[in-house]
Amino acid sequence: MKTARVTPSLLPGFGPALGVTLLGLSLVVLAPLAVLLATSLRGSPGAFLAAVTTPRVVAALRLSFLLSLGAAAVSALLGLLLGWVLVRYRFPGRRFLDALIDLPFALPTAVAGITLTTLYAPNGWLGAPLARLGIPVAFTPLGIGVALVFLGLPFTVRTLQPVLASLDAEVEDAAASLGASRLETVRRVLLPELLPSFLTGATLAFARGLGEYGSVVFISGNMPMKTEIAPLLVMTKLEQYDMAGATALATVLLVASFLLLLLLNRLEAWAAGGGR
Amino acid sequence: MSAPRPREPLAVRLLLIGLAFAAIALFLVIPLAAVFVEAFRHGAGAWLAAVSEPDARHALKLTLLVAAIAVPVNAAFGLAAGWALGKFRFPGRNLVLTLIDLPFAVSPIVAGLVFVLAFGRSSLLGGWLAGHGIEVVFAVPGIVLATVFVTFPFVARELVPLMQSQGTDEEEAARVLGAGFFTTFLRVTLPNVKWALLYGIVLCTARAVGEFGAVSVVSGHIRGATNTLPLHVEALYNEYAFQGAFAAASLLTLVALAAMLAKAFLSRHAGEEAP
Repeated sequence: MKTARVTPSLLPGFGPALGVTLLGLSLVVLAPLAVLLATSLRGSPGAFLAAVTTPRVVAALRLSFLLSLGAAAVSALLGLLLGWVLVRYRFPGRRFLDALIDLPFALPTAVAGITLTTLYAPNGWLGAPLARLGIPVAFTPLGIGVALVFLGLPFTVRTLQPVLASLDAEVEDAAASLGASRLETVRRVLLPELLPSFLTGATLAFARGLGEYGSVVFISGNMPMKTEIAPLLVMTKLEQYDMAGATALATVLLVASFLLLLLLNRLEAWAAGGGR
Repeated sequence: MSAPRPREPLAVRLLLIGLAFAAIALFLVIPLAAVFVEAFRHGAGAWLAAVSEPDARHALKLTLLVAAIAVPVNAAFGLAAGWALGKFRFPGRNLVLTLIDLPFAVSPIVAGLVFVLAFGRSSLLGGWLAGHGIEVVFAVPGIVLATVFVTFPFVARELVPLMQSQGTDEEEAARVLGAGFFTTFLRVTLPNVKWALLYGIVLCTARAVGEFGAVSVVSGHIRGATNTLPLHVEALYNEYAFQGAFAAASLLTLVALAAMLAKAFLSRHAGEEAP
């Protein structure tokens, strides 16, 4: 693979192209985010700490964190099942299933939100039978979890699929011919190969879930301390003109996003190195 | 691509395929069907009335206007980023790539909030602009800015890796043969990446049309003025006008389905562009 060095290159246009890139990046992304950080830093550290440690904020952060983590785990396991079936088996309807995987990614979050709420409400198609079993879904943390699993699916499936497709099935035959049972082969040969992309997909789903608003806000019921997620609390504080509180909580979310992005970079480097 | 010979017993295979069908039906097919069932609950006439009432029409127009600005801006940015980051190596390149991805990781609510902080009446910039009669927050410019922010990485993410893997041989040959920058770019580079560019534009458009959280923070929810189609859906839903909400939602769902179809079609061609 050949890529031109900056100097001296036969290719022109590096300067202007990089200029446009950095200008766009700075104006649209970096400057606005810097305003958020600057606004946060302008207040005293004590006020910042006080704003992000009120019981309501702590409850919202804990709920967002735990539910996103749980939903990411479920999405990753479902992603493993779906990825495996879509890559390894041939059956009627496979292409259709494969195309559907992108739905949560393509569907506007507000549409996903009102649809899942209607389905899982106590009188909904899925909510009514579940309510009879004594499992309320809409307006409970479980409902938020359902929305987050829905949201995370394309990330986990699409991360695993290319890796599953690139696995050399001969290795599995070799393991089998050396006397390994199918389960042993799966556990000792396949799963270690899949682990980096499994974790990458789960982290993507987690990062998306942590910041998600639209698909959660309708189904969550938004009860403070119980079903109020962190992004919604930012919105609530903003609507109550509590700019300092909104800014402080948003800063916590922004720092978490940035750390997750760095983690993703490391995971992708690990995956590119074959998981070693 | 031919399937690998299955190594599991038939019963295991059938069980796994059955579970996959069940998961997709539960999580994807039923919600998709529900949108249209709810939208047409009171018949096609009610659907038509809901999507053609003035507020819905205005929301649709605003959504299209915002996408018509945000998508070309990000396509141009993606091409510049593809050229600078795909065809050249320089110190700090990886940092720039990570920063371009940042809007993917940032909560849409945080994205909206930063524009309220930067351009709100109480900020220096916002105050100055308001003094000159330019409203950003709770107005259309804010909605456009927030949309450009959340869709920022879509085109660049498709183009940078592809342009990197295609290398610079063809462009250098064009240069040696006497082509200028624009000729090289338009006649060599662009045709090589056209499918990936379209693919990025489709993803960008779908997100621009459907963005909710970030737009919700900056729009102010002024009906007939700053409500985009997703915000219109929310407003109707919160007023228990469910059929109207789902009618508007069905329009957005059609956009999503069109984007998925286009994506399936384009990804096959985009795959051919990789060397």
